Amino acid sequence: MSALGRHLLSIDDLGRSGIEGLLEIAASFAEVVTRDIPKVPALKGRMVATLFAESSTRTRSSFETAAKRLSADVLSLTTVASSMAKGESVKDTVRTLRAIGADALVVRHPAEGVPVQVARWTEASVVNAGDGCHEHPTQALLDCFTLQRHFGGGAGGGGGQGFLEGARVAIVGDILHSRVARSCTKAFVSLGARVTLAGPKTLLPTFAGEWPAELSCELEPVLYETDVLYLLRMQRERGAGVFVPSEREFAHLYGIDERRLGMLAGKAVIMHPGPVNRGVEMTSAVADSDRSLALDQVHNGVAVRMAVLYLLVAGGGAVGKEADGGPAIGAPGFPGADR
Amino acid sequence: MSGTAGTGGLQVLLRGGMIVDGSGEREGDVLVEGRTIIAVGTGLVHASGARVLDCAGCVVSPGFVDIHTHLREPGAEGAETVIAGSRAAALGGYTAVVAMPNTDPPADSAAVVRDVLALGEKALCQVAVAGTITVGRQGERLAPIGEMRELGVRLFTDDGRGVQDAGVMRRALEYAAGLGVTIADHCEVEELSAGGSMNEGRTSSLLGITGIPAEAEEIMVARDIALARRAGEGARLHLMHLSCAGSVSLVAAAKREGLNVSAEVTPHHIMLTEALLTGFDPVFKVSPPLRDERDVMALREGIAAGVIDAIATDHAPHPAEDKEMPLPDAPPGMIGLETALPVAIEALVKGTRPYGTENGDTCGESGSGADRGDGGGSVIAALTSDALVALLSRNPAKIAGLDVASEGRQGGVIEQGAPANIAVVDPAAEWTVEPGRMSSLSRNTGFAGRRMTGRVRHTIFEGEPVVIAGEAQR
Repeated sequence: MSALGRHLLSIDDLGRSGIEGLLEIAASFAEVVTRDIPKVPALKGRMVATLFAESSTRTRSSFETAAKRLSADVLSLTTVASSMAKGESVKDTVRTLRAIGADALVVRHPAEGVPVQVARWTEASVVNAGDGCHEHPTQALLDCFTLQRHFGGGAGGGGGQGFLEGARVAIVGDILHSRVARSCTKAFVSLGARVTLAGPKTLLPTFAGEWPAELSCELEPVLYETDVLYLLRMQRERGAGVFVPSEREFAHLYGIDERRLGMLAGKAVIMHPGPVNRGVEMTSAVADSDRSLALDQVHNGVAVRMAVLYLLVAGGGAVGKEADGGPAIGAPGFPGADR
Repeated sequence: MSGTAGTGGLQVLLRGGMIVDGSGEREGDVLVEGRTIIAVGTGLVHASGARVLDCAGCVVSPGFVDIHTHLREPGAEGAETVIAGSRAAALGGYTAVVAMPNTDPPADSAAVVRDVLALGEKALCQVAVAGTITVGRQGERLAPIGEMRELGVRLFTDDGRGVQDAGVMRRALEYAAGLGVTIADHCEVEELSAGGSMNEGRTSSLLGITGIPAEAEEIMVARDIALARRAGEGARLHLMHLSCAGSVSLVAAAKREGLNVSAEVTPHHIMLTEALLTGFDPVFKVSPPLRDERDVMALREGIAAGVIDAIATDHAPHPAEDKEMPLPDAPPGMIGLETALPVAIEALVKGTRPYGTENGDTCGESGSGADRGDGGGSVIAALTSDALVALLSRNPAKIAGLDVASEGRQGGVIEQGAPANIAVVDPAAEWTVEPGRMSSLSRNTGFAGRRMTGRVRHTIFEGEPVVIAGEAQR
């Protein structure tokens, strides 16, 4: 059985076993990307289209790399360089992409819910690559994968299951405008972590009682109790600037410098979804320190997105059957066929 | 009583209904000739050639009056026209609508008012026109309220926007008081609502959608009430499409104080909640936004307590492509003329729990009405038929200056000599809302697929049976 249905629009589409299943598959693909020829034929002849209506460096290149390493054809569209710039609607655009032959649409849009709307308009599988302030599910998955690899391999044992059980995660900064916070909170909590959201009251979510998390406007007491410190970018483009007196004051109250780094437990790590506002969320020294997993996050994004595209497009079973029950990608123990 | 004495003109006999008009429910026939009711009683005899309409099991009410209708003409004739909108109105039992002035160009001058009135001459119901408060709905300079009054305009609003500048609103209320006309405000402080697509609440928090807090409405309601008090004798303030509990309390206090303040709510705000936005379907984006169940129940209580005077549809047609945009870009509003009565019955007579509450469905796209009748939530006594008639006909006619006392022809008692504007309603008819079968040029109903109880059977507009057995006659 596949860990995923037809679309990945929200972390809600997975649940704990879905996340864990996906991370297992991602681990197989992580091995693939270390090979001399880091490519498998799993999605040969299939087409993955990326439709990005908002700027992106890592997410888009990560998805396209993932698709190419699965041998899919990649069709890449941005708002500026498509007919959307001439006023073509999202609906017409996605129907056009499907007519061309896209099996999966990877959608990023500045408006919340657009991938959900797109899923109503197309037969293709839809992956939410970040919609406004709503969700960014593959970011949360790659963060889980990164934490599993960091914490799970050794001490946790047992294949890394339960690597976040009881872990204390603090997500800090502009929660209100953060799709990463919405996806990560759900994912971390469903894997057993205790999540604290910390930041100025104006950037914490309204009606936060609905969130499965603790809240704090004071950062330093939280730091002493944190295993994973997850820093968020100030979303200047969403007007976050008016929610605090200044970025200087934000950095003063909530930025991580070497002094605050010292308040963290010895094994604690720092994560950031990028891009970093250096000097705001953290100083350059912290960003470049060995406590930061930021580049691991980016690196792991490829394997995780390979797993997502594989499950959605190949259905998590079809490809395995082609190879007579054996794993089509040639990875020993690849779990695609029998899940 | 017999009423065959004819003055010429078509006779219509409404046979065997229950007459409900605020003067005591009674069974009887209603005989209409020309534009007038010429007899009310039992066993009435009609002239040969009269049209006899069966009203058995039906409520015979003065025609409904919608004081908040967007007819979109001039400017957006693809969404709705005066004629198409009036047909939808007639099918909903309305014999009068007040066309909102946020057209393109807006009804901020005698010329545009005259145009819309002329378009309404061939309509299937009376088309009254509201004028704007300010030129271009810009909230800066007063529109020629006096000149528009001479054309019969009695209600002035910048609807779609509230008047943001308190000084401008103060002058508007004072100026209108002197002319004996009513200022109707869309209460929304834009500093608090800017960028919002839905209620600020638990759903918006989880979805990451920028919310519009209840305070954006409450603050302007409070401001307007204070300014109406300051404007003094003759000042008449009408508060449009109230959506939250706090507004109801403010209006209740203003009425206790004796201020001349009236208020309306829409059918959707008493039956739908914010949770329906969970599927990101812009059809549920309205202004003001759908709130939570607590607000819905407070609005219903406000109606039961007489704080809210009228149900007004805020019928807001939009073409499909506009409602398929991303949520922040899609225009707010839903159509309502053809479903207002059954939604009011569902909410106020049957006391059905709002759609989009926790135990109900939240998808909104394939609504089944499965949450009907579980009694959850509502402890408000069911409204009588007469109370519904007051909300849909009598009170709105008064607010809009279309009642008999204001020399209008709407919302009155069904008696000999009265204008023949009548709605005949089958309160037990069951039907399912199918957007493709609605008469409005637009399809953006928030009730698609919902089972409804209660349907308009006949509508008589100025003596003409414009709807017979649920079918528009032209």
